[in-house]
Amino acid sequence: MTEERKHTISLLVDNESGVLSRVAGLFSGRGFNIESLCVAETLDPALSRITLVTRGNERIIEQINKQLNKLINIRKVIDLTETEFVEREMALIKVRAKEEHRAEILRIVDIFRCKIVDVSPAYYTVEATGSDEKIAAILNLLKQIGIKEIARTGAIALAREAKK
Amino acid sequence: MEVLKEEGVDTIFGYPGGVIIDINDELDKTDIRYILVRHEQAAVHAADGYARASGKVGVCLVTSGPGATNTVTGIASAYMDSIPVVVFTGQVPTSLIGNDAFQEVDIVGITRPCTKHNYLVKDPEKLAETVREAFYLARSGRPGPVLVDLPKDVSQSKISFEMPPPPKMNSYSPHTEPHKQQLERAIKLILKAKKPVIFAGGGVILSGAYKELTKFAKKLNIPVTASLMGLGGFPGTDRLWLGMIGMHGTYRANMSTGACDLLVGIGVRFDDRVTGKIDTFAQNAKIIHIDIDPTSIQKNVPITIPIVSDCKIALKKLNKLIEKVDLKEPLKSRPNWLKQIEEWKSTTPLAYEQKDVIKPQFVVEKLYELTKGKAIITTEVGQNQMWAAQYYHFDQPNHFITSGGLGCMGFGFPAAIGAQLACPNKTVIDIAGDGSIQMNIQELIVAVANKLPVKVAILNNRYLGMVRQWQELFYGKRYAATDIEAAPDFVKVAEAYGAVGLRATRPEEVEETIKKALATPKTVFMDFVVEREESVYPMVPAGKAITEMLLA
Ligand SMILES: Cc1ncc(C[n+]2csc(CCOP(=O)(O)OP(=O)(O)O)c2C)c(N)n1
Ligand SMILES: [Mg+2]
Repeated sequence: MTEERKHTISLLVDNESGVLSRVAGLFSGRGFNIESLCVAETLDPALSRITLVTRGNERIIEQINKQLNKLINIRKVIDLTETEFVEREMALIKVRAKEEHRAEILRIVDIFRCKIVDVSPAYYTVEATGSDEKIAAILNLLKQIGIKEIARTGAIALAREAKK
Repeated sequence: MEVLKEEGVDTIFGYPGGVIIDINDELDKTDIRYILVRHEQAAVHAADGYARASGKVGVCLVTSGPGATNTVTGIASAYMDSIPVVVFTGQVPTSLIGNDAFQEVDIVGITRPCTKHNYLVKDPEKLAETVREAFYLARSGRPGPVLVDLPKDVSQSKISFEMPPPPKMNSYSPHTEPHKQQLERAIKLILKAKKPVIFAGGGVILSGAYKELTKFAKKLNIPVTASLMGLGGFPGTDRLWLGMIGMHGTYRANMSTGACDLLVGIGVRFDDRVTGKIDTFAQNAKIIHIDIDPTSIQKNVPITIPIVSDCKIALKKLNKLIEKVDLKEPLKSRPNWLKQIEEWKSTTPLAYEQKDVIKPQFVVEKLYELTKGKAIITTEVGQNQMWAAQYYHFDQPNHFITSGGLGCMGFGFPAAIGAQLACPNKTVIDIAGDGSIQMNIQELIVAVANKLPVKVAILNNRYLGMVRQWQELFYGKRYAATDIEAAPDFVKVAEAYGAVGLRATRPEEVEETIKKALATPKTVFMDFVVEREESVYPMVPAGKAITEMLLA
């Protein structure tokens, strides 16, 4: 039995109602887990892309890929983990911005190339994008200052094109 | 309607309701035969039986809400056994969908996990195309049930009609042709094997690979076992036949699977009722696995050579490949292997002792004898199903019709009605339990009204016998909730419906009762009052290796 690994799977699916629940139902019905999931239309309005992150050993991931392929509305299943790919997540983080912490927040924002997208007397809202490790690092630092609330996306990902 | 005819539909099982009056009205003007069942679950089982006996797609038409939810069990059974059925459900008008309208349920949502695919048709222009797709999906690749939900306004709309072309779908193309290299690798393994076993499943039946499998096994002199779903895929009277494998498999089938050095799985999915404790299953063997559904492969057991293909096509090609091979050397060790199997067979055969109370196995053996093994047998679920599988030796495919994957009580009788409609000239017998038959007994009137000479042989043990057997063996004989002594008089029930009722209470009456039933061109219930506490053996306790059988 191989070790559990995180896999990012990209699906091209028919842009129809019910497709997402077919995917979600497959995962819940067969006891596979979904760590995150993102859906949006592609350039072709008939198709959507679902990016989902899951975890499992080789046998489970093989089943997940095959079962996804079997769903009628799924056009293409790409397990990006087997290739070179870029992956991003985004988080909006509302931090307590007391007078004495503002400089510190700005420094963190600068280091991680984030943006401040909303400012009020008591709070700054920080927009961060990057890998899940990067987001985790930012959260870790800002937590010490005081986070009021956060909203995060799941991962979105695309395969890298050949360099030559 | 035009599409239905184009798809070759000649029979529809259904039950009416408010939102499908229009469809029934139109249907009535065609020459498609409409069978009015008495419960929608039975409509799907009947369509399932019809499909299995005829090789065609079974079709149902029911109303929205409760009509639709009543089909779910039937759909789930067809799904587990990969049977091509198309179910049309009525739906409230599109303008009301989502409003908790009268008799509205989200049947597409409910059946998503137990259909191969399903549709809600919102646009009348898409209707014809969708129906064609539904039939195509149901019968192609790994077959299965497809549901089409039809809102009332969609089925009422009048549009100009043009027959859509056969469907081409971007996202669906079943893989039917085997990989040549894999076949060659498989042949190499097969020629090297000293103790091979073939394990056939429902895929052999569904793909019509009976002849190819028989040729393959005989040419290579390899013994064959089968899952419950695979019975009839290889002649049950052949010397190479091992009997069924699994929880109630024969001693020799289970032992030879444990001892073999190569297992060739064809159209199987290595279900837990077959494998027993999974890490001990065929533990000395390399495994070749042929199946049309890639998800079946590597799902439960590790496979040495996977071959994704239609079973019939793969076997045809394998037969071709071995034509040129000199088999003298590779088959040299076979007599030893077959001798070992013969020994298992003679020391531990399937057996029972007929004393003064009728043994259920005896009834099945007599049915086999008196029908010369030629009847179409459907079963209910429980001990009756296992005895049917063990003691009726199926020589032909599509003659054993049972709810294998779902194990659904109440399946056998409506399925027998469907099979009889598909094969009017065959003897069709439902081997039933006294519990199961009560789950769709209302269909008696359907058999009678349509003058169907379906026979039902009730192995009446006044128990939910299979559960009682588990209680006897593993729950200290505490028979909680399984005594069903309080039962109707099945002879009178049959008579009340206008059918014929017969009863046998003593062993010497069995033959006479069966003969009389077979000679009666009407629906007949045979009530065999059998030994109450008879159990099915061999039995592999849950969680044990299949070689660890209880024998009595
Ligand atoms: C719809 C349904 N409910 C419950 C069960 C569980 N079950 C399996 S076998 C069985 C007993 C069946 O009794 P009977 O039809 O009398 O058959 P016997 O085992 O006595 O031959 C039961 C309750 C089932 N398989 N299907
Ligand atoms: Mg019983």
